[in-house]
Amino acid sequence: MCGIIGLHLRDPDLHPQLGRLLEEMLAGVTERGPDSAGIAVYGDRRRCPEGHAAVSVLGAPAGLADAVRDQLARRPAVASEVAGETTVLTAQVAPEELATAVAAAAPEALVVGSGTDLVVYKGVGNPNDLAETYHLRDTHGWQGLAHTRMATESAITPEGCHPFSVGRDQCLVHNGSFSNHASIRRELRRQGVVFDSENDTEVAARYVASSLAAGDDLEKALRRLGETFDGFYTLLVTTADGFAVVRDEIACKPAVIAEHPRWVAMASEFRALTGLPGIDEARIFEPEPGKVYAWQR
Amino acid sequence: MAALSTPNDGSTRTIDLAGVGVRELNSELHEPGATRYVVDNPRGAHSIAVGVNDEIEVHVRGDAGYFCAGMNQGGTVLVDGSVGPGVAENMMSGTVRVCGDASQSAGATAHGGLLTIEGNASMRCGISMKGVDIVVGGSIGPMSAFMAQAGRLVVCGDAGDGLGDSIYEARIYVAGKVGTLGADCVEKPMRSEHRAELIDLLTAAGMGEKASDPVVLDGFRRFGSARSLYHFTSEQSGSY
Repeated sequence: MCGIIGLHLRDPDLHPQLGRLLEEMLAGVTERGPDSAGIAVYGDRRRCPEGHAAVSVLGAPAGLADAVRDQLARRPAVASEVAGETTVLTAQVAPEELATAVAAAAPEALVVGSGTDLVVYKGVGNPNDLAETYHLRDTHGWQGLAHTRMATESAITPEGCHPFSVGRDQCLVHNGSFSNHASIRRELRRQGVVFDSENDTEVAARYVASSLAAGDDLEKALRRLGETFDGFYTLLVTTADGFAVVRDEIACKPAVIAEHPRWVAMASEFRALTGLPGIDEARIFEPEPGKVYAWQR
Repeated sequence: MAALSTPNDGSTRTIDLAGVGVRELNSELHEPGATRYVVDNPRGAHSIAVGVNDEIEVHVRGDAGYFCAGMNQGGTVLVDGSVGPGVAENMMSGTVRVCGDASQSAGATAHGGLLTIEGNASMRCGISMKGVDIVVGGSIGPMSAFMAQAGRLVVCGDAGDGLGDSIYEARIYVAGKVGTLGADCVEKPMRSEHRAELIDLLTAAGMGEKASDPVVLDGFRRFGSARSLYHFTSEQSGSY
């Protein structure tokens, strides 16, 4: 079934409340995906300080921060935060450099998110418990999203959790399944794209990332995705300044968008949105099949 | 059940979903000790007032989630807010009124009764309807009345693409713009008996001002089955 939530705050006065609001939204979709959850937050400078990169790692060995520092040219300080199965490393370097250093220092570990403004957490267990593990309630920031998973296409592992974050400050969460992901994966591999898993959602994330890297904006990337991918999907995609929702042409996977002068939110179902400030004044609608809805910061 | 309900005037009980679960609410509604119920703080909860058998009134003060008033048999269910997917799904009789909007599959497979949605309904409104009457004050989304078999669907606003795909004997009235018509769904003439039927339906749905306005009534068009798919032949395979 899977549950998706996302919140894009327009009013800076709400930024200190991001985590509290996300936590309440998450509770509304916990039953949709009780086996695992992933959460991503944008703009929490206590988690990713200004001028730093944050890289999220699964399967991090002990002493990873020191080993990563030894891999970096100028040997900057590398901070490490362990939150359940996710370890977040931060350092004053580019995200790609930090991710490369992680791969060199711990080839068995998996990088599941990187950016200058973004922190990703993934783990197996009840989503409400994971919110505690990630200290979600204390999060500040301007944007966040989460996914509660009911695994259908691959095993219940932290690696199978969404969001899939395969480009700098990019995230994609998915409810549904793609039927032609194998052929698209082969085509992307021919173009040199490297995959971490056999998960169908990763293919969509890699597709969007390569589209954005080629210069497309978020809206165009998702329109192209709609022309290429078969299957059932509701997708929420976020970038360093964007927030977008799209559903397939049959649109059997649920989605509700609420737009308010102070925020934009989406969730798999309305009950996840009921606690947002001013929800009674928000414009609430279900995204049309096949149409891309996008907002810029 | 005394803990659930606070008798107000002897025949009305209030149930606050902030402190009571939907399962307990529905247990009470299945063996009602009152004729009228008020449900507070629904906050999008699923399955509110599903399977009501008796002729009781249920007033939901707020937004409801999935399958609200599903399989309704004798209830009069009023929702002050909006509802999630599958409102009044498989309703047999009784009435359900939604003051806000409805999500997908409103009135799906419903056999009878009246479903009124004052706002808009989303996709697949009236999918496989089997005798229910559905009146929508606003617009409905794509793929509505798919395989509708019997009953009437009235839409005061617009209808999305794929309206009435593979429709059987249900009748559709739309006042606004209509997207593409689904396979075997065609526009049909509005004759006096259809106008009378429309007036009856709007009146039953509490939209008397529309029912008595000739300009509004003149705006409605009627859609139904061309019946070319009743006996499938290879010549008609192009319809799909």
